[in-house]
Amino acid sequence: MDFTSTASLKVNGQPYQLTLDNRTTLLDALREHLHLTGTKKGCDHGQCGACTVIADGRRINSCLSLALMHEGDEITTIEGLGQPENMHAMQSAFVRHDGFQCGYCTPGQICSSVAVLQEIAAGIPSHVTEDLTGAIALTPEEVRERMSGNICRCGAYSNILDAIFEVAEGTP
Amino acid sequence: MRAFTYERATSVQEAAKVAAAYPDAKFIAGGTNLLDLMKLEIETPARLIDVNGLGLDRIEATPEGGLRIGALVRNTDLAAHDTVRRDYGLLSRALLAGASGQLRNRATTAGNLLQRTRCPYFYDTNQPCNKRNPGSGCAAIDGFSRQHAVVGVSDACIATHPSDMAIAMRALDATIETVKGDGTRRTIPIADFYRLPGETPHIETVLEHGEIITAVVLPPPVGGRHIYRKVRDRASYAFALVSIGAVVQSDGTGRIAVGGVAHKPWRSEDAEAELANGPDRAAAVLMADARPTEQNRFKVDLVERMVAAIFTEARG
Repeated sequence: MDFTSTASLKVNGQPYQLTLDNRTTLLDALREHLHLTGTKKGCDHGQCGACTVIADGRRINSCLSLALMHEGDEITTIEGLGQPENMHAMQSAFVRHDGFQCGYCTPGQICSSVAVLQEIAAGIPSHVTEDLTGAIALTPEEVRERMSGNICRCGAYSNILDAIFEVAEGTP
Repeated sequence: MRAFTYERATSVQEAAKVAAAYPDAKFIAGGTNLLDLMKLEIETPARLIDVNGLGLDRIEATPEGGLRIGALVRNTDLAAHDTVRRDYGLLSRALLAGASGQLRNRATTAGNLLQRTRCPYFYDTNQPCNKRNPGSGCAAIDGFSRQHAVVGVSDACIATHPSDMAIAMRALDATIETVKGDGTRRTIPIADFYRLPGETPHIETVLEHGEIITAVVLPPPVGGRHIYRKVRDRASYAFALVSIGAVVQSDGTGRIAVGGVAHKPWRSEDAEAELANGPDRAAAVLMADARPTEQNRFKVDLVERMVAAIFTEARG
């Protein structure tokens, strides 16, 4: 019985070869093996969104995926979006708008926000999209609905919304 | 989480054969429900077969004018597919009413059908649960049962099926294509796919161990107005108290499938025949055999009000 396996992941542009207990989630591989601790473990059950990362261009809950299921995938974490001296536009906007208090959910909020704008641009509808076959309007309702998988216990939602709109409209 | 061996399946036939030979084997696709349950040791597979590489991720037209949806098509892709949005709007609406963007990006069509109940007593391993531990009893029947089933229930289980997508699939008369461990194929109408709890609530579908879903097939579009209405405790990212998927034709006939009220998508052709006498009559037939608890009796009234509202909206 072999309970370990090897996986090749590309994280933030860097290739890694890991030997892992099969049970290792993508979240634990990022944090415990690659020491990319920007991605946070909140509930560990896919309910809070703190662990959101972007895998092959799509946001996912890294706690509900085995690292082994991402063989060959390109993973982008908060560290890959930007660094303190070279922030992503969404990170800057969160800072400018106070889109957080304690900051624990913030990496997940930011990864999700970046992906949400891409989803709207790609024409993927949501629960609140009125016309399934028409263009999707960028409205507060659309963004709120799409961000519902990211919980913020400090309640910074309205400022997060402002930050996302600033980036969407390209006007700081 | 219990330790398990991990392998990547390279063919459907082989995956089904291996799974059928090992009672402790399970398939994993999106993993969004299975891994959650494995962390709680409610699911304890000893052998995990990753089916993500099987290429079952296409949506294609059928010769009959319908749509074949590969088992691995992600919920996001299915909801956003042009044909689904145009001709099967109910399916897009149901998918988009469920889960979060992150989960829909991973969750698959087959996995969505096979997700387990979110009954809190099923999730709490300190409680008796006939579904998790057959014969141990049901803590929900005399417990907090506000979210639970009101029709098709048994003395062993009052859990609901949590899927939004399955409600739309039931209203659209989808069929499910599978391959068994011995290599034989079969096609199962969704009406026959789910079981009521009876004395064996741990057996939820008619699938055999090792049988793998390869596709879900929609018949040609039926037209009409497609409406999916979901009532829940918050506006987004919550399971339904009651959800209704309806297709309403201009002459007032239609189809109604109800979620949040039973162990499976709840639909009754007898109720739909009653639509000629008004939506309230149809709703009464749908809920005729309801056995609610004190806490979830409101669902019976809610179904009646929602059916009436949907048919009013469809005429408007």
